Amino acid sequence: MTDRPVGLTRRDLLRLGLVAAPASLAACGWTGGPLLEPKLRAFSRINDWLGEKVLLSPARLAKQHPLSARTDPANFPAYSIAFNRTRKFPAPDVPASWTLQVGGLVRKPLRLTREVIETLPRVTYTVKHYCVEGWTAIATWAGVPLSAIAAMVEPTADARYLRFDSFDAGYYNGWDLKSAMHPQTILAYGFNDRRLMMSHGAPLRLYSPIKLGYKLTKYLTGMTFTRERPGGYWEDQGYPWFGGV
Amino acid sequence: MTSTTVKRHHGLVRLAHWLNAVFLLGMIASGLQIYVAYSHFGLRDRPLALPNPLDGAAIPEWARLGGWLAGGLNWHFALAWPFVITGLVYVGFLALSGQWRSLLFRPRDLGPAVQMQLYYLRLRQDHPPQGKHNALQKSAYTFIVGLGAIAALSGFAIYRPVQLGWLTTLLGGYELARYWHFVTVWLFVAFTLLHVALVFLVDPSSMRAIITGWYRGRFPSHD
Repeated sequence: MTDRPVGLTRRDLLRLGLVAAPASLAACGWTGGPLLEPKLRAFSRINDWLGEKVLLSPARLAKQHPLSARTDPANFPAYSIAFNRTRKFPAPDVPASWTLQVGGLVRKPLRLTREVIETLPRVTYTVKHYCVEGWTAIATWAGVPLSAIAAMVEPTADARYLRFDSFDAGYYNGWDLKSAMHPQTILAYGFNDRRLMMSHGAPLRLYSPIKLGYKLTKYLTGMTFTRERPGGYWEDQGYPWFGGV
Repeated sequence: MTSTTVKRHHGLVRLAHWLNAVFLLGMIASGLQIYVAYSHFGLRDRPLALPNPLDGAAIPEWARLGGWLAGGLNWHFALAWPFVITGLVYVGFLALSGQWRSLLFRPRDLGPAVQMQLYYLRLRQDHPPQGKHNALQKSAYTFIVGLGAIAALSGFAIYRPVQLGWLTTLLGGYELARYWHFVTVWLFVAFTLLHVALVFLVDPSSMRAIITGWYRGRFPSHD
């Protein structure tokens, strides 16, 4: 091959540098800084909107799996904020007097004991659990459809969101009503044919195969219908709010 | 060397090329940040029986964007839209302008592709005649657009494995779709390294063309 002049002018190199410099700066574990990070979070609201209004169909059910597909419960990660801090799973102050408080923008606020909750209509399914980290696991969950509880308390017309509270070191979550009323969204008290264990959020936890794991509040204490969008333990720190799958 | 100067790339193509380079870099770096949160493939107790040299690997910080999982997710889901839109505008422009003809690899390019390969392997002395792009370039540019489509589709499949369940099933389920999505990263990286190396080794004038639009080099033909 003969020598050829390199077909790049100094101006071309300069222009290339203008493109490459910010790009290479970006790739350094950078959150976006005080300037860009809020913008990224604001953009995440657009994805929340798309997730609820465009991508979520209230009728589409998550696929159910055979019992033989279940993940060995020992390999199903259990985690809680309190456990991460103290190595002890949280428990209600007085386990015997635990109740679920259902209120907010409703006509008939309720306080439900576990005995009453277990007499309500029951849904049991074996579904895949999607963690935001990327892992999946399959388990059977049993509980009462959230829509059945909503029918009992009669939310008012201005209720748009649900806030779930827990006794796990202040863990909480906000949900859109459309996801909450999905037929597979339940308040679960059963895990793999047994009573829900402490490690998985006993006595009662939120479960739904249409949301990522961090949306599924464990160790429930209350459920509140609201007009304003509630945040969430991880959501307030930057995780996507909608968290659908 | 010829002194003919020809208009080679439309402004829209150049814009799409460079925007895409930045968006893709951001997608890969934020994707690697997401990957380190769980650097395995398969269900929790059933790993996929597919090769992954990076199983359990600690991706160096300089290659990651976002700082932590939430940051990586926010970058990834924000850049995904401009990345997809740029790709659609680019492909739409090629389709409407007819410029796809000089880029799409078709069966008739098979013979010329073999000749180009022989030339690169020094088994043929003279450079085979070519139009705007040679047959090997066409195969590369067709491949990369297809790869972009697979990256986007597998991305949507793992973004909404229930709501877009048909797409996830088409790709073999969530765990496999996540694997394909990761494989596209390394194909993009391999393509880019080869792409840039060939620019400087074979036709440095093409660098000017993709920046200014004007080409003044060895292959001025414009089919």
